[in-house]
Amino acid sequence: MGEFILKMPDVGEGVAEAELVEWHVKLGDPVREDMVLAAVMTDKATVEIPSPVSGKVLWLGAEVGDTVAVKAPLVRIETAAEAGEPPPDSIPQALAEDVLEEPVAVSAPPEAKAPPKPEAIETRPAPAPREAPDVSKKPLASPAVRLRAKDSGVDLRQVTGTGPAGRITHDDLDLFLSRGAQPAPAITGLVRKTAVEEIKVTGLRRRIAEKMTLSTSRIPHITYVEEMDMTALEDLRATMNRDRKPDQPKLTVLPFLMRALVKTIAEQPGVNATFDDGAGVIHRHAAVHIGIATQTPAGLTVPVVRHAEARGIWDCAAELNRLADAARTGTATRDELTGSTITISSLGALGGIASTPVINHPEVAIVGVNKIAIRPVWDGTQFVPRKIMNLSSSFDHRVIDGWDAATFVQRLKTLLETPALIFVEG
Amino acid sequence: MKEISCKLLVLGAGPGGYVCAIRAGQLGVDTVIVEKAKAGGTCLNVGCIPSKALIHAAEEFHKLRAAASGKSPLGLSLSAPAIDLARTVAWKDGIVGRLNGGVTGLLKKAGVKAVVGEARFVDGKTVDVETETGLQRIRAEAVVIATGSAPVELPDLPFGEHIISSTGALALKTVPETLAVIGGGYIGLELGTAFAKLGSKVTVLEAMDRILPQYDAELSKPVMKRLGELGIDVFTRTAAKRLSADGRGLLAEENGRPFEVPAEKVLVTVGRRPVTEGWGIEEIDLDLAGRFIRIDDQCRTSMRGIYAIGDVTGEPMLAHRAMAQGEMAAEIVAGRKRSWDKHCIPAVCFTDPEIVSAGLSPDEARATGIEIKIGQFPFQANGRAMTTLSEDGFVRVVARADNHLVLGIHAAGHGVSELSASFALAIEMGARLEDIAGTIHAHPTQSEAFQEAAFKALGHALHV
Repeated sequence: MGEFILKMPDVGEGVAEAELVEWHVKLGDPVREDMVLAAVMTDKATVEIPSPVSGKVLWLGAEVGDTVAVKAPLVRIETAAEAGEPPPDSIPQALAEDVLEEPVAVSAPPEAKAPPKPEAIETRPAPAPREAPDVSKKPLASPAVRLRAKDSGVDLRQVTGTGPAGRITHDDLDLFLSRGAQPAPAITGLVRKTAVEEIKVTGLRRRIAEKMTLSTSRIPHITYVEEMDMTALEDLRATMNRDRKPDQPKLTVLPFLMRALVKTIAEQPGVNATFDDGAGVIHRHAAVHIGIATQTPAGLTVPVVRHAEARGIWDCAAELNRLADAARTGTATRDELTGSTITISSLGALGGIASTPVINHPEVAIVGVNKIAIRPVWDGTQFVPRKIMNLSSSFDHRVIDGWDAATFVQRLKTLLETPALIFVEG
Repeated sequence: MKEISCKLLVLGAGPGGYVCAIRAGQLGVDTVIVEKAKAGGTCLNVGCIPSKALIHAAEEFHKLRAAASGKSPLGLSLSAPAIDLARTVAWKDGIVGRLNGGVTGLLKKAGVKAVVGEARFVDGKTVDVETETGLQRIRAEAVVIATGSAPVELPDLPFGEHIISSTGALALKTVPETLAVIGGGYIGLELGTAFAKLGSKVTVLEAMDRILPQYDAELSKPVMKRLGELGIDVFTRTAAKRLSADGRGLLAEENGRPFEVPAEKVLVTVGRRPVTEGWGIEEIDLDLAGRFIRIDDQCRTSMRGIYAIGDVTGEPMLAHRAMAQGEMAAEIVAGRKRSWDKHCIPAVCFTDPEIVSAGLSPDEARATGIEIKIGQFPFQANGRAMTTLSEDGFVRVVARADNHLVLGIHAAGHGVSELSASFALAIEMGARLEDIAGTIHAHPTQSEAFQEAAFKALGHALHV
């Protein structure tokens, strides 16, 4: 039997470590070449790590949530190679001894010492499923405690066990009863619930948590909300969508907003910047890389439409669709998830009058789109129905003054309310 | 037609039904139990009890023969022993008879009225019983169905004189010279081993790729080894076809290769089916779960007031599961709040050596996503096992890696059936490895292997 040690591969340029987000194998699992062993996350891209060899998993080098340095041992795999063949990479003796003490090591009767045949594992039929082997749902209590609970009408799932391994003791039951816990009333069907679910914050959720803490603790936000009359833009959008070519994507409000941003940024480059507050330097970017806050099954990610200044409206829309799909299916690359210079957040679909968007650090501005609603507007002689939308934008108040923020939003308002201006050259 | 009414009617006086009726009687419930044959059901009449009697007799005879062959390491010797199987069977029948009488007495003592005859539902509250003295109609507020199970018959090998079920095997008057056993499950192996020890040339045919498929390979391995020592031929992935033309052999096919197995008798033990016919299930329209009657965690069926317990409700088909269900159903009928809350149903396989399982196997535990620790201690390192020539087998403990809660305990070895109680108790009490390790286990006994297995899982086994 040979042994192969898989080290944490170099998963991205300049990346020194990655967080383990998922194991696809367990100790003792047979693995085939190219089978995915684990998923690791760097910055915001998740990378799957395939097995370069076939064999059996002997050792897992980290737990989910651990940060593993590049080149650190990740998995040890027992391969079918002969012992004489040197393993691709030897491990320090101390590590080998640790492994021998792995808790799953089983003493086998001497006649069982024959080397395990990997094929045997595969041909063995799965054991017949037996009656409810789910141990997690049954409260841990001795039969006598269970009987007393039944007689008292207590649902043991509501009782906290203080005994070993969380076992519910007679004392726990006494305490529960003395607190006047009502026998679970079948009349109302309402019962107290005391369960606390522990969810480890790992992977993307941890990234989001860190990022939000950084943004809100470092950046003094100023949020400015203005209402926009979107009637003209909506008319234009309907016309463009109706007459679009088959290969053109359907336009949402966002591509218009992106083009309006490009136009406004040309006049006010201060908002399209990143602020390196450690060095005390503001980087004003000529390129407009627009981050689009996108909800995915795993949580919030921000794919980036690069060089919006060089893209027409249809191109913006197509790139937006492509990136949103990639982000939702988890196939977005690291490059597609980093490097934005300004961000758009859109919760409009869910409603809401205004929001207080959190700036995507180290950027200095974020534009939040709220819901479009038809509202009566006084035009001087009568109320007319107009499509009104609020735009909630936040700025880094250290480098953008309120006056500049307001000027920026007012310019956006002008462009969005008279959308022809978005397309006027110069 | 005679008519009686009662609060609880139990259909079937097997281990589930009679326990249910006794418990209901104890609780003051007006109870009637109907049984078409003798009290005690499969277990007492043609199952657990008589098979264990036969296995014991076979074991004793086998030991005498071993001594007579001059190979006894204990230094015993004697002249050739003989067995009169008719007398063995009579002795076994005596035990069964005593227990029949015992159950009948217990029912009477609990104030249960027993009716002998075939029962049939008229509607959900009414049952007609065909008795010797005529039709008896019984009206009941609650009914417990405990009709049990019956051996599965193979279409090409119907039960008869040559082809027998476990019931037939337990009533043989002479030891067949050759015996083919179809089905390498626990019933086939228990009886096959017994007949091999009585002197039959036994061949076991199993359709799956190994015997005792419900146990992991590690547990069945000592049994496999012993079958070989007893001269029992085991063919896996083999299908039995039909009797040979002269009726003295069984035609079989292993991976497409036909061959003939000498078989004075053919024992068919390919499983048991729930008895869901013949008592009017169609009159009450109960929901089924596969072949079984569907029940909830209080043994309630889809019809209000009708409960079902035991083999007719599903796997595992074990007498002690039926008894626990019967006790619970009786208490529910008596108005107590009860529901099925057992953590494990231990199972014992009386092969040579015996196999015990309680709780989850390592694979089952891993399948729940729990990280586990395993400790295994071989009887080879157990003094008591050495003194009884019983060094085969081991005790294995599976526990959660994080809090050491014991999830499963398995053993293979001579006499390990008696360890099943402490295994099940440990699991029901929610024992951790430290609880087992911290309990003094008497020396010298085989039970020490249990404590040592716990030590082993904790990383500090003493005797290995």
